[in-house]
Amino acid sequence: MSPVSTTNSRLIYDALKGCGVRLLSALPETWLVHLVRMADDDPDMILVRLAKEEEGVGISAGAHLAGVKSAMLMQNHGFLASINGVVSCAQLYRIPLLMLITYRGEFGERDPWQTEGGGVTEDLLRALKIPFSYLDRAEHVAARIAKAQTLALSSNKPVALLLCRDLMWEDA
Amino acid sequence: MTRLEALTAIFDRLEHRVVVTNMGAVAAELQSLGHRQNFFYLQHAMGLASSIGLGIALSKPDLQVVVLDGDGSVLMNLGGLTTLARYRPRNLTHIVFDNESLLSVSTSRGDFPTATATGSDLRGIAAAAGITQTTAVSHIDAFTKAVDAALAANELSAIVAKVDAVGPPAYVTDLGLLENRFQFARYLRSR
Repeated sequence: MSPVSTTNSRLIYDALKGCGVRLLSALPETWLVHLVRMADDDPDMILVRLAKEEEGVGISAGAHLAGVKSAMLMQNHGFLASINGVVSCAQLYRIPLLMLITYRGEFGERDPWQTEGGGVTEDLLRALKIPFSYLDRAEHVAARIAKAQTLALSSNKPVALLLCRDLMWEDA
Repeated sequence: MTRLEALTAIFDRLEHRVVVTNMGAVAAELQSLGHRQNFFYLQHAMGLASSIGLGIALSKPDLQVVVLDGDGSVLMNLGGLTTLARYRPRNLTHIVFDNESLLSVSTSRGDFPTATATGSDLRGIAAAAGITQTTAVSHIDAFTKAVDAALAANELSAIVAKVDAVGPPAYVTDLGLLENRFQFARYLRSR
């Protein structure tokens, strides 16, 4: 049994559905496995499994131009891998992105390979002037996702939510 | 075959299709033939034109999407070919103009060859990625025939067209990036 929280993954998934998200792009990592499976099991969700996260920027841009609400599921290292797409597609063309980024490498991280990216994630978001908030407690998941999407759509810009260990991992 | 000859030959086929281009020569030359509100030029983010095309194709399955791409851009997102193949949208045609170089930074022919100049085969790569309908052409008649076949096929297809390494006199046009983007979104959402 994976210690990734199914209950809180469900909360996140339901919140995305509640916001009218119809397309999810994803590159799985441990913390995202339940979310990706939920999308895969949902006949009303278009799930696009990626080779690399930057593709998801283009796919979300296409969906937005076509009038479909989308969100991106990725690890913070995937965010690092998609930065030119974020800047030269989403920011250059004023495309709203709702980015759900698992925040690996923060306090409590046991995997040595996650620690370097964890240390630069927030600084990069700030450098790119991407508004962000944290999903670290079940009580505020639905409201924060809804508000993040509202800001992304009204500003026509990327917005990020950092999925934190305290929410995603059951023995945090 | 030049890219401009190829674009001229298929321009009427693009009239009622959703067109997404990569940056550089393709964008400038297509505009030189006439801009339409159903044309979107991704003037940066190399590699993502096909990803945008995929996002549109999945969101609007009743529209036919044509992505006009280049070898330099495709080489930056080879993984995207596997994603296209994985979802196989029937309404997407990926046309790659392969001039074997990064033309817009070159001052003369052959300055900055891409790996297709030394044998990397984009049609083969697309086929090996899982795109079942792939064609490689190097003459205008074969190109036009391949495009007509792809548009009629109702299958994901990739056409790699070898073209001369010549481009437009200028790359910047008078169409603003955001003007293009909002006009294109309005077009798509009205369909």
